[in-house]
Amino acid sequence: MELLGYFNYWVFAVVLVIGFYAVIAKGNLIKKLLGLAIFQSAVFLMYITMDKIEGGTAPIIKEGVEGQLYSNPLPQVLILTAIVVGVSMTAMGLALVVRIKEAYGSIEESVILEEDHSS
Amino acid sequence: MIVVVFGVFLLTMLVVTAVAVVRTENLFVAVMLMSIFSLLMAANFFILDAADVALTEAAIGAGITTVIFLGALALTAQSEQAAVSPKGRFAALAVVTVLAMVMIWATFDKPRLGDPDAPVHQHVAPWYLEQTPELIGIPNVVTAVLGTFRGYDTLGEVFVVFAACIGVLFVLSAGGIRDRSKEADAESIGLKHHLIPKVVGRLLVPFIVLFGLYVQFHGEYGPGGGFQAGAIIATGVILYALLEGETNALRALPRRVLLGMVVGGALLYTLVGVAGILLGGNFLDYSVLASNPVVGQQIGIILIEAGVGITVCGSLLSIFHAFAAREAS
Repeated sequence: MELLGYFNYWVFAVVLVIGFYAVIAKGNLIKKLLGLAIFQSAVFLMYITMDKIEGGTAPIIKEGVEGQLYSNPLPQVLILTAIVVGVSMTAMGLALVVRIKEAYGSIEESVILEEDHSS
Repeated sequence: MIVVVFGVFLLTMLVVTAVAVVRTENLFVAVMLMSIFSLLMAANFFILDAADVALTEAAIGAGITTVIFLGALALTAQSEQAAVSPKGRFAALAVVTVLAMVMIWATFDKPRLGDPDAPVHQHVAPWYLEQTPELIGIPNVVTAVLGTFRGYDTLGEVFVVFAACIGVLFVLSAGGIRDRSKEADAESIGLKHHLIPKVVGRLLVPFIVLFGLYVQFHGEYGPGGGFQAGAIIATGVILYALLEGETNALRALPRRVLLGMVVGGALLYTLVGVAGILLGGNFLDYSVLASNPVVGQQIGIILIEAGVGITVCGSLLSIFHAFAAREAS
């Protein structure tokens, strides 16, 4: 039970490296971006894990309720905006991938590098 | 206890889904699994008492991101080729295994989940929770921190979304855009010939947009706000575009209007900040907007949330149309 308190952080570490693996070991550019999205989600999970407080609830204050604990609003605000920025960055990356496909005819890293070296 | 079991189950599913996303060679399957991954993540956020973040992740991670990925897939490739040599794969596996070990070892120095004495709960957070009812007078502390206490930060994020949208439009608008007038008939059909999606989808669109507006204007009292509302309304319009064809969606909301939304929302946010200076306060200081500082804060939050919602909605729709208008090479 004591160790279960760390379970969220272990999942964070495992999901983070799964995303990182996709970024470094996969040749397909869309797969790399999916890996990056997983990596980023893992970071979100770590932040949101930190906001939890035992016996607390979502930080929406109800009038007339005394002594209620609320989870930490600050990590939530940071991650809320980060999710929206994340999708914008993913869209930007995908736009570049689309143009790379048009220029090279492929989105595999090996093919792109070969064409770069041969020209 | 039951919440702990549920949480462990969801987190395990999260790891399984992430592995599946990386392992599958079919990119369409990978993108759909990524949508499930986001939904599981949203459920996790909800268990961890972060209702606002869960709503955002569900609307954006599971909804909009999937649509944008599918739009890019249609223009690129459906499956990946196994490119990296087995040797390279083992090296990468070794690196990530060591990295995971180090990070798991480091977690033993972190406070347990939900520990009330954790450093993160000691500094500004109690102040936000205590002062929000008094200074701002709205129940949702997340909206209060987002809108006023960290208003500069949110303004910056809005401009990042704005810049990313402009960037996507620049990258994708050069050459290769489909000539709509010639093939308009074939393209504008959308899903019209699929009866069930059409009937069910058409029923859903107005309710999705209505729910988006509710999330926008109820953001001070419950989970919600501009970021979520913008994404939800954009989802409704994208569903309409899928059902009725892109041409009809662009007739309802032309590109010029969308660009105006992207610019106008960011401008509205900035102008509220400047109005604070002109009325004798600081930049983004809303308490001078009305004679009563608390009312001023509330007016400021409603205005900037509207700005955020307009920019996010306009940006996501512009990005969607930019991908949809591109011709597959």
